[in-house]
Amino acid sequence: MAAKTLTIDGQLVSAEEGQTVLDAARDAGIYIPTLCHLNGIQDIGACRLCLVEITGSPKLLPACVTKVQEGMEVQTSSDRLRRYRRMILELLLAERNHVCSVCVSNGHCELQTLAAEHGIDHVRFEYLSPRLEVDLSHRLFGMDHNRCILCTRCVRACWHVEGAGTKNVAGRGIQSRIISDLNQPWGQSETCTACGKCVAACPTGALFNRGATVAEMQRDRTRLEYIVTAREKSQWIV
Amino acid sequence: MLLADLIRIKEQELAGRKPFTLRVCMAAGCVSSNAEAVLAALDRAVKDAGLESQIEVRPVGCLRLCCEGPLVAADPDGKLYKKVRPEDAVSVVKALQGGPTSVRTGDMREPFFEKQFNIVLANSGLIDPERIESYIAADGYVALRNVLRDMSPADVISAITKSGLRGRGGAGYPTGLKWSTVAKTKSARKYVVCNGDEGDPGAFMDRSVLESDPHRVIEGMIIAGYAVGAQQGFIYVRAEYPLAIKRLQTALKQARQFGLLGSNVLESPFSFNIDIRIGAGAFVCGEETALMASIEGLRGNPRPRPPFPAESGLFGEPTLINNVETFANVAPIILQGPEWYASIGTEKSKGTKVFALAGKITRTGLIEVPMGIKLREIVEEIGGGAPEGAKIKAVQTGGPSGGCIPASELDTPVDYESLTKLGSIMGSGGMIVMDETTNMVDVARFFMDFCVDESCGKCIPCRAGTVQMHRLLTKILNRQATESDLKTLEDLCELVRSTSLCGLGQTAPNPVLSTLRFFRSEYIELLQPKSPSPECASTAEKKGEPADDKPVEGR
Amino acid sequence: MDRLRLATVWFAGCSGCHMSFLDMDEWLVELARFADVVYSPLVDHKQYPENVDVCLVEGAIANTDNLELLCRVRTRTRTLVAFGDCAITGNVSALRNPLGSANHVLRRSYLDPGNLRPALPAEPGVVPRLLDRVLPVHQVVPVEHFLPGCPPSAPQIRQFLENLLAGRVQSSQCATVRFG
Repeated sequence: MAAKTLTIDGQLVSAEEGQTVLDAARDAGIYIPTLCHLNGIQDIGACRLCLVEITGSPKLLPACVTKVQEGMEVQTSSDRLRRYRRMILELLLAERNHVCSVCVSNGHCELQTLAAEHGIDHVRFEYLSPRLEVDLSHRLFGMDHNRCILCTRCVRACWHVEGAGTKNVAGRGIQSRIISDLNQPWGQSETCTACGKCVAACPTGALFNRGATVAEMQRDRTRLEYIVTAREKSQWIV
Repeated sequence: MLLADLIRIKEQELAGRKPFTLRVCMAAGCVSSNAEAVLAALDRAVKDAGLESQIEVRPVGCLRLCCEGPLVAADPDGKLYKKVRPEDAVSVVKALQGGPTSVRTGDMREPFFEKQFNIVLANSGLIDPERIESYIAADGYVALRNVLRDMSPADVISAITKSGLRGRGGAGYPTGLKWSTVAKTKSARKYVVCNGDEGDPGAFMDRSVLESDPHRVIEGMIIAGYAVGAQQGFIYVRAEYPLAIKRLQTALKQARQFGLLGSNVLESPFSFNIDIRIGAGAFVCGEETALMASIEGLRGNPRPRPPFPAESGLFGEPTLINNVETFANVAPIILQGPEWYASIGTEKSKGTKVFALAGKITRTGLIEVPMGIKLREIVEEIGGGAPEGAKIKAVQTGGPSGGCIPASELDTPVDYESLTKLGSIMGSGGMIVMDETTNMVDVARFFMDFCVDESCGKCIPCRAGTVQMHRLLTKILNRQATESDLKTLEDLCELVRSTSLCGLGQTAPNPVLSTLRFFRSEYIELLQPKSPSPECASTAEKKGEPADDKPVEGR
Repeated sequence: MDRLRLATVWFAGCSGCHMSFLDMDEWLVELARFADVVYSPLVDHKQYPENVDVCLVEGAIANTDNLELLCRVRTRTRTLVAFGDCAITGNVSALRNPLGSANHVLRRSYLDPGNLRPALPAEPGVVPRLLDRVLPVHQVVPVEHFLPGCPPSAPQIRQFLENLLAGRVQSSQCATVRFG
């Protein structure tokens, strides 16, 4: 495979053809924040946190789906980008009821960590405080819509890694919800294999193992990567 | 079918014409005000008077002066009967022979028509959209036959390029360039898609074209298919356009019967098919990647571009996607030559544009004007200005993605670049006129409300950002906002515009930005004075009150 | 140097932030060398005084008493610090917001459980009226600094006050400070 040379934040980086800017940056030890990206599942460029500036492009491009090109000049953390990322995170915090102190993922939550990284000490927007359900119908897992950020990592893990196709998105815009099968209680789903990959994929406290109490929910992300690596490269390594 | 057949059909059709014709508008606007009954009454009146050999009563497409419907146009005297009721039928038939009539009439030389320039709508209101013969009589499918016999795909693309035609869906991407990109891809399967998912509030150009002249769009698509090397086309129409869908279905069926679609089009080696896909009412499906996802049977969500549809589109194959009006321009360009087309309009915006004129204006309806015409000519001469001497305040173009152009800028020529410079867009052709009574903050909120409803929810800036902008606009309208709220609103506009995934989000702040640019004082007037410490408690209490006493559901 | 006039107030919150404040243990003695606590649930002052330098505000704004006092605090205080998650986000205190207005919340709490004699508590002038929505402090009045955490840890509070006393600019750009 042909190698491509590009500059990321002024640093010369070499990457493989077909690699994304995100992968190239991470290989070079350059951190780009992400939420909807998860190693092993396909990228959709939805959370907009990994937007980067590319010289010559009038638009900001998502690093997770933008392929490297020879001579590309990438900026990953300009003031403007940091300002945008901060606002995006604030929008998420105000969208649903993210009450960190009583959340199963308190201390292990990607949203919480990103907010801290971006120096968010308060949210400038009005809290929308929607009234949302908690689905505890499944014998092993629970789904708390109050904590969901609609990154759809669970949906993609369910479809593309497990192949069960249980999780999906219903509604649109601010009314979007993650659903099971045809919008029925998770426990009544006929397709769910109870594999738990969606729970492993969730960045926040939206999907959890039943019985997990506040701040207890830690996830094993390596499991998904292990499966995908084994499947695609026939390498059984973690 | 050969040229001779086309000519024979045309001659037969023309030979069947009668000395007098009553053309009855059967587009959705007039149909909704009882045009079907008018048509039946006219038929009966002609029969009762025994004038069947003299008068043809022809159902036609849009006659454009929608505010005066149901409309009936008479030939050869050029009279236009307005607000015709079924009981007026006898009187209209008598008037045709010189009798008096109580029906309000105008004629086709009114300023509303005089200033217009017909290319896309040339057949609209003249031919019967449900009969292919009527289209052939207006030289329909001759362009296709010329293309298949005399032109290589490269010739066709070069003609379209030379004509200077740009995408009529809003963004104005050069059509020839798009065609040649798709043509250059090496793939055994390619698709041509017609975007008829017109969804801007107040816009009905594409619907009218599909209802009035469906074959024109089909012919454009077949030519496009030949030019780019595609075998399959899809027309994506929204379910809210049942009449357009019905006429398209009829037209496709006839085109297949006449050998214009299917294997070996017009006995050439070229084969092409078109199917209709009906949208389920999502505005975002007008965005090309979402539209293709919808055709594939997936949730209508946009995806990041690149890859552009021209490389990887429908089912992962190279796909040409153009809007209804763009395809409707193809046949005239082939027939009359790219030089002719390029001679109309401005240096960078060629040809004509169809607009749906609506709002606080005397004459509303469908208009087609040459590019470069001044907004003032459209609003004051064609539209007749605001009714009852009111003053025009602004013109909104481009729907929820567009902006408000203030009356002081009415001398702006209508072309892609000039409108963009004013913070609006050409858009697909909605044009809403507002008078002095309109509150511009309220207008901005109306469009934001639309975007909140229509956001697909995939990316955060659009999903949550539009809701927050809507909240802030409401707060301003309720006189509860401060200067810092206005600052937050502007920050959000910048964020949503720069970071949203697709065009819907990227343009959603435009109505706010353009009203802020030209009508900032209206926002400032609604703001609270700074540091309201004496009544701090009472104002804060209001903040705590929800808009209604219901639990907050989702929003 | 003038002594710092420090105040703390306790709105709708669990007082955990104040407990965390007390957890600064012997540093409180150090603090007392520089600051007078002029108003606080921890000391016996009945009226919020004028001319306060710094006030730590714990808790969200949930009723009319909170609202009134907050407005007084704001006009009499130079530097307002939203102290802990309830003051900053509403946190647990704001968990009732999704239920709807105060009426819905009261009904849910006093009528729906179906006790023997269900009735809404009403003691005008004694029990303050609930606001329809629980609000974070900065949505009511301007706030100078935010100290998130549920509760903020004693070392964090100490660090914050030390910076304040030294007149250093407070930077919130540190990953150690987070919600929850």
